[in-house]
Amino acid sequence: MSVTLQKFDVATIREDFPILKQQVHGKKLVFLDSAASAQKPRAVIDAMTFVMESQYANVHRGLHYMSEKTSDAYEAVRDKVADFINAASRDEIVFTRNATESINLVAYTYGRAVLQPGDAVAVSEMEHHANLVPWQMLRDAHGTELRIIKITDAGEIDFESLEQVFADGKVKLLAITQMSNVLGSYTPVERLAKFAHERGARILIDGCQAIVHRQVDVQAIDADFYAFSGHKLYGPTGVGVLYAKKELLEEMPPFMGGGEMIASVSYEKSAFARPPFRFEAGTPAIIETIGLGAAIDYVQGIGFDAIAAHERALTEHALATLSNIGGVSILGHAQDRGGVISFTMHNAHAHDIATLLDRQGIAVRAGHHCAEPLMGRMGVTSTARASFGMYTTAEEIDALAAGLNRIRQIFE
Amino acid sequence: MSHPYQALIMERHKHPLHAGRPAQFDAQGQVANLICGDKVRVYVTRAGMDVHYEAEGCAIVNASADLMADAVAGKTPAQVEQISRDFETLVTSGHENPALGELNALAGIAEFSSRIRCATLPWSALAEALHHV
Repeated sequence: MSVTLQKFDVATIREDFPILKQQVHGKKLVFLDSAASAQKPRAVIDAMTFVMESQYANVHRGLHYMSEKTSDAYEAVRDKVADFINAASRDEIVFTRNATESINLVAYTYGRAVLQPGDAVAVSEMEHHANLVPWQMLRDAHGTELRIIKITDAGEIDFESLEQVFADGKVKLLAITQMSNVLGSYTPVERLAKFAHERGARILIDGCQAIVHRQVDVQAIDADFYAFSGHKLYGPTGVGVLYAKKELLEEMPPFMGGGEMIASVSYEKSAFARPPFRFEAGTPAIIETIGLGAAIDYVQGIGFDAIAAHERALTEHALATLSNIGGVSILGHAQDRGGVISFTMHNAHAHDIATLLDRQGIAVRAGHHCAEPLMGRMGVTSTARASFGMYTTAEEIDALAAGLNRIRQIFE
Repeated sequence: MSHPYQALIMERHKHPLHAGRPAQFDAQGQVANLICGDKVRVYVTRAGMDVHYEAEGCAIVNASADLMADAVAGKTPAQVEQISRDFETLVTSGHENPALGELNALAGIAEFSSRIRCATLPWSALAEALHHV
């Protein structure tokens, strides 16, 4: 069985990703682990190679040709990112290592300078550890409270629980995912932002998963903070983004001290640079940031309408196919969900599934997916997870289904 | 190299011979794999080195525990230590060792470095139990 995908030639897309031609254990690679990290298109690889071969020096400090050219290329990506997520200003884009660092930056600076002991931070039950642990650390160091918003069995935000968590007016920050890396559920971020703002709280959105699959407009959402990683967006590792409203960045102290982030330095004291540079201490990931720029160009060239339509068809096909396999249980069934599907199989442990699929050239993730508390909430210890990118095909889903049927026979 | 899910492994996973907590034992040891949450608890009866276990784990953990109980039955603690070392070499190198008998069924796991810990987990629990004997 295969599905018809409209106005989107996945075969042409796949040609752009050299790694997809690789074989694993003598079998064609079926890569279903894009939610962990996506593969890279030729355009990203070439852009990074070009920097290293033809146009490289440190940024923001050299008075020579190469440094100026590299600084221009690096700063052009800040404009590109601002445009990509529709930020009001390029000064609202802070480059980090990844979304984890973006969230930690907020916890260490905004969390300690603006949030007061006794204020509460609210997160949901389906957060990645990256959007849970920094708030636990803030709680232990600074005396803020950490509250957990329940999710329904379907894997959606429980609005009754949300109301309860906010009822006493102590919550000053809602830190929440836009798309669960385990359940694939999207959260209604516009509604959540409005809800938080009406109650005097700010909202931080972990957009790591969502930004890969749909157009994000931080102004339309009215996000206060928005974090994502480059490597899930078909870009390189080592570069991430923190978007924050300008007035918030202005009131935040530096995260790390060093070069780049200062206005002036004496032996006694230093004055700090304006945002976003205040938050970018040290030589940044120059090559990777330029690679991220190429990834954004690539994604925008294809367009989120086409990507989303393709992935929607794939997800529907996958949900229908996998739920027909005896013994397979899919976690969560949110109304609004994307191409991340976690499942368990009767009798077969997630790690057995992953190893046996790997023998067939199929890469899935197995374990707790950096969301250990969510595993407990859903009543499992680990799951296998198949996740899709723009290059995933219906045939690959069928290969997964065939693989699972073989495993079922082994474990019956 | 043997397939990590060959018949003997699946047989011991589905129909273990030594699973379950015995009514009487001299010592127990428990070890968990922090990466996946798998757990093994091993019960040792000193006389005759009689080993039983309870496992919450994958097929490799379960089969490895069951084959371990066979392999160490009647051995001295020093002999168990030697077999344990040889077993570790087996699952990390993939080279079969005639002295290890049916344990050689797990040699294939060497190809999957992230799964080697599944095979050695019961042995760690046994070492823990013997430490208490």
